Amino acid sequence: MRFKQPNALPGFGLTLGYTLFYLGIIVLLPLAALVAQAAGLGLGGIWAVATEPRVLAALRTSFGLAFAAALVDSMFGLVIAWVLTRYRFPGRRVLDAAVDLPFALPTAVAGISLASLYAPTGWLGGILAALGIQVAFTPVGIFVALVFVALPFTVRTVQPLIAEIDRGIEEVSATLGANRWQTIRRVLIPMLTPALLTGFALAFARSVSEYGSVIFIAGNLPYVSEIAPVLIVIKLEEFNYPGATAIAVIMLAIAFVVLFAINVIQAWSQRRFGYA
Amino acid sequence: MPERIRPGGQASAPVTTESVAARTALIALALAFLSLFLILPVIVVFSEALRKGVAFYLATFTDPDAQAAIRLTLIVAAIAVPLNMIFGIAASWAIAKFEFPGKSLLITLIDLPFSISPVVSGLIYVLLFGGAQGYFGPWLKAHGVEVIFALPGIVLATIFVTFPFVARELIPLMQEQGNTDEEAALTLGAGGLRVFLTVTLPNIRWGLLYGVLLCNARAMGEFGAVSVVSGHIRGLTNTMPLQVEILYNEYNFAAAFAMASLLTLLALVTLLAKTLLEMHYGEALARPPRM
Repeated sequence: MRFKQPNALPGFGLTLGYTLFYLGIIVLLPLAALVAQAAGLGLGGIWAVATEPRVLAALRTSFGLAFAAALVDSMFGLVIAWVLTRYRFPGRRVLDAAVDLPFALPTAVAGISLASLYAPTGWLGGILAALGIQVAFTPVGIFVALVFVALPFTVRTVQPLIAEIDRGIEEVSATLGANRWQTIRRVLIPMLTPALLTGFALAFARSVSEYGSVIFIAGNLPYVSEIAPVLIVIKLEEFNYPGATAIAVIMLAIAFVVLFAINVIQAWSQRRFGYA
Repeated sequence: MPERIRPGGQASAPVTTESVAARTALIALALAFLSLFLILPVIVVFSEALRKGVAFYLATFTDPDAQAAIRLTLIVAAIAVPLNMIFGIAASWAIAKFEFPGKSLLITLIDLPFSISPVVSGLIYVLLFGGAQGYFGPWLKAHGVEVIFALPGIVLATIFVTFPFVARELIPLMQEQGNTDEEAALTLGAGGLRVFLTVTLPNIRWGLLYGVLLCNARAMGEFGAVSVVSGHIRGLTNTMPLQVEILYNEYNFAAAFAMASLLTLLALVTLLAKTLLEMHYGEALARPPRM
């Protein structure tokens, strides 16, 4: 059996060879260094770092707030995607383009902007401070930053599916006596569930790994508003490579679980609805 | 597609949309959320940058450290983006034009950098090339080569985080287009390079531009990965986003936001170009991609 199927086009060996070479030195070799370092630690070593109280607190902060932000983004993402796809109103195109802002805006810029916006002297921080709510330099600030960075993932995952919904299905539902709310709840939401779950997972993964937009608004107080990526940086600055590696491996493991979950959702959706 | 429904107008198909009140409320909710979370932060950048006046704003760019940061960011992007572009073209040619085992694994591996935290992306290069403890650290030191806390490390980390952009745009696009155009050119006697330059490249040019735009925006704006490998040496290893951080942490807010305003302009121009490409050449792009 031959490796490549017969094909008249030239350049297979050259382009595949270059692809593997470049992938190898840029991605696989450095990741192998991480794996080697982690293997040196062993499961016991990683567990010892993971259960340090400060690391445990940071992981809890990171995962808890990422979950909350992904949840809020999923709900508002659905509403925004629905409004942008189904309704026509002035400014719709601008709003649609603005959804990608968190992708395009460098995270450090978003970070300092949100920090000054929500600082007690800032536009929103001042109003909230009068109500007795402090956002900047608390976990709430981290939550706000994560809601910002992860929003496009939820909107952009559901949006194409909303555009593809066959309106005939909605008409059938109406002729069978369902009111609009019943159609939304019983017909539309179930159809969109796989995309909502995928969007949630992508938003969660992005939120857990986010660094630049969080550090300015978080205050980075140990045990209170310190996220896992910040602890990696701190350990690196102390030249504690094993400690940094252990936290990185835990985060990578979670990222792969999320990716795996997305694949399971899409496989399930393919069987259940005929699209991924 | 049924007729579009205008708010306030007669609904042409009332059973497949919400009441006017519900529509208005949902639009208001989406508008409020997007304004508060996405648009307000952008306005703040410019308002803070210009707080001390236009003269002060412009003066911040005459600072040698600021100019060094701008220059470094341009140099890093000028190395990283073309390298990833060449890789993207090579990878999409091999993957889209040929059938071979292990293809889906290869695509997964190409996408891998997007699932890795920026900080971890920097960390892996420190583990490889860092001072005394990195695997190649002692060897590099003995030969006088600086990677970490120097330009090569910054370039490598930037290449890593922007690795998939061009490839993931071109692979589905070239898969959609198939091989027939190229095969026709071959039978007419064109050589491999000529087929690529005169047949494939014109077919993929808008998709390529799209991928390069997104790749460039991220390369110039990357913070986490670069921050880990840079060492924050003023005037030497500070890119624009790192300079923003340093100025902000020194409470030099006006200068920090002035530098940030340049990056924001880059983001807005990228978004505009992206939107125009999607509007005018939507057919010539792959399915809606994610950044």
